Amino acid sequence: MFRILLRKFLEVFIFLLFIMFVSFLFIRLAPGDPVLTILNVDELSVSQEQVEAVREEMGFNDSLPVQFGNWLLDFVRLDFGVSYSTGQPVMQTLMRALPATAELTIGALLVMLVIAIPLGSLSALHRGSWIDRGSRMLSIVGAAVPSFWLGLILIDMFGVRFGNLPTMGRDGFTSLILPSLTLGLAISSVYVRLLRSSLLDSLSQEFVRSARARGVSEGRIFMLHAFRHSLPPVITVFGVSLGSLIGGVVVIEVLFAYPGIGKLVVDAIRQRDYPLIQGYILIMAVVVFLVNTAVDLSYRYLNPEMKLKEKEAHR
Amino acid sequence: MKTIPLPIPTAKSKKHSWQAIIGLLFALLVIGASLYAFLYLKHDHTLTDLRGRLQGASALHPFGTDHLGRDVMTRLLLGGGQTLGYSLLALGAALLIGIPFGLIAGYKRGWVDKLFMRIADAFLAFPDTIVAIVLSGLLGAGIGNLVLAIVIVKWVSYARLVRSTVLSESQKDYIRIARTNGLSDGRIMRKHLLPHIAGHVLVLASLDLGKIILLISSLSYIGLGAQPPTPEWGAMLNDSRPYFQSRPELMIYPGLAIVSVVLLANMLGDYLRDRFDVKKEVQP
Repeated sequence: MFRILLRKFLEVFIFLLFIMFVSFLFIRLAPGDPVLTILNVDELSVSQEQVEAVREEMGFNDSLPVQFGNWLLDFVRLDFGVSYSTGQPVMQTLMRALPATAELTIGALLVMLVIAIPLGSLSALHRGSWIDRGSRMLSIVGAAVPSFWLGLILIDMFGVRFGNLPTMGRDGFTSLILPSLTLGLAISSVYVRLLRSSLLDSLSQEFVRSARARGVSEGRIFMLHAFRHSLPPVITVFGVSLGSLIGGVVVIEVLFAYPGIGKLVVDAIRQRDYPLIQGYILIMAVVVFLVNTAVDLSYRYLNPEMKLKEKEAHR
Repeated sequence: MKTIPLPIPTAKSKKHSWQAIIGLLFALLVIGASLYAFLYLKHDHTLTDLRGRLQGASALHPFGTDHLGRDVMTRLLLGGGQTLGYSLLALGAALLIGIPFGLIAGYKRGWVDKLFMRIADAFLAFPDTIVAIVLSGLLGAGIGNLVLAIVIVKWVSYARLVRSTVLSESQKDYIRIARTNGLSDGRIMRKHLLPHIAGHVLVLASLDLGKIILLISSLSYIGLGAQPPTPEWGAMLNDSRPYFQSRPELMIYPGLAIVSVVLLANMLGDYLRDRFDVKKEVQP
């Protein structure tokens, strides 16, 4: 187990180093002088001395290998410098925005669970019924609806026409409702179908039949045996599709002007604020690593066979 | 002499044929409409007319006009070409890089294969949607860079699929015989291996198409893809957002256009998956 974790960590780390190196090159080779970006001189005129001073301060006058060495040192120390656009330290800026994004993501996952568990279970238990066919239609259409469009419709309905839920910013619990609802609805269609097929699979397994033969009640069979057994595939897909969830968070945060790290990085991209983009990549790498590890650990908890197999492998 | 029975079309493929026909008709409709818009335009899609802005449906403007008085129908039709065109461009380029790479890595093995597996592992370690966003960010916002970023992210998955298929195919007798008969490697790869992988690749590509369309329109909406005057559907929605309250059609039309095209792509993918009977292998 430990070796697998180490391997995963190394893979993430190598890729991180690679993309950090690419972004280092971009910063140095990108069209447009980063110094001018820092001084924000699109309209104002700045004296040559000021440009030179900043250039010296940021170390752009050193030779490229020296710059790369310094950059590597900073990377090891997790120091990404200051944001070009705000002048604030990058890590601080991102860390301040992280809780907002976490709230939104958790809210969306809760919405997804509230939709997917009952709908998926009912579709599996009443296979071929109207509820099964209805949820199938819904998830086919749901997979084709862009999340931002769904968000626009929800804003129009519940923020403007039939209600006045907040549609912008982050101010208390109510401002979390529409963004979480949008993202949760957008991701739930996949999980409804997944839970259904996974449940159907485990309901036809031998241990369900033997439980029935032992006279265990249907409700107990479903909750304690079938449901638990059908979770690993769902969790696998959750791990694999983590990227589209994070991408979805970015879009939803921009749509609702929600001050999380997704909106931060899009603003950074627009302003070519490379240090901030680098910091975002690092945080995402950590998140991806943590979630993947949690997914791996959950298999062992949910599926007792895994533990047995590992024990046998050690013998 | 033994006769080998030809495979008879089974009921399974017939069951889905109506789906395929609807999909095909719809595809022709979309392509036809985009072509029509491209070849014969009643209105210029950038022509602004501030006196005739935000108009409702009329004979001259069947879908009304937007906040700058531009004809919405013209922009919608052209947008179809934009969205589909860029998605297909990204997909095609990813295939053009991924297939040869996968073929060579799977058939020749050796250092090419080792190198490829290292790259693939590295790419797999990080979710591709984020890589696409960040790469297009580093390159600078714009539709060209977005397409480039999607190609960089996507080619790996095709190369992986082709490689794994080629690995299992190479063990089979017909490839061994071809090799003993002295066929050149290039010929074996082109004439014998390529037809076998085409189905799998086609399925994965058609399942990816919907996702790419969604990615391009979403990123265009948040301003990282197509830039405003371009009639891309996501960018159009972003453009007219302040006017939704008074003119909800401006929100409805581009959104419905995206939904129907993605729906069509997904249906095509499902149909092809059943047709070629590839189940587990191409689950992304």
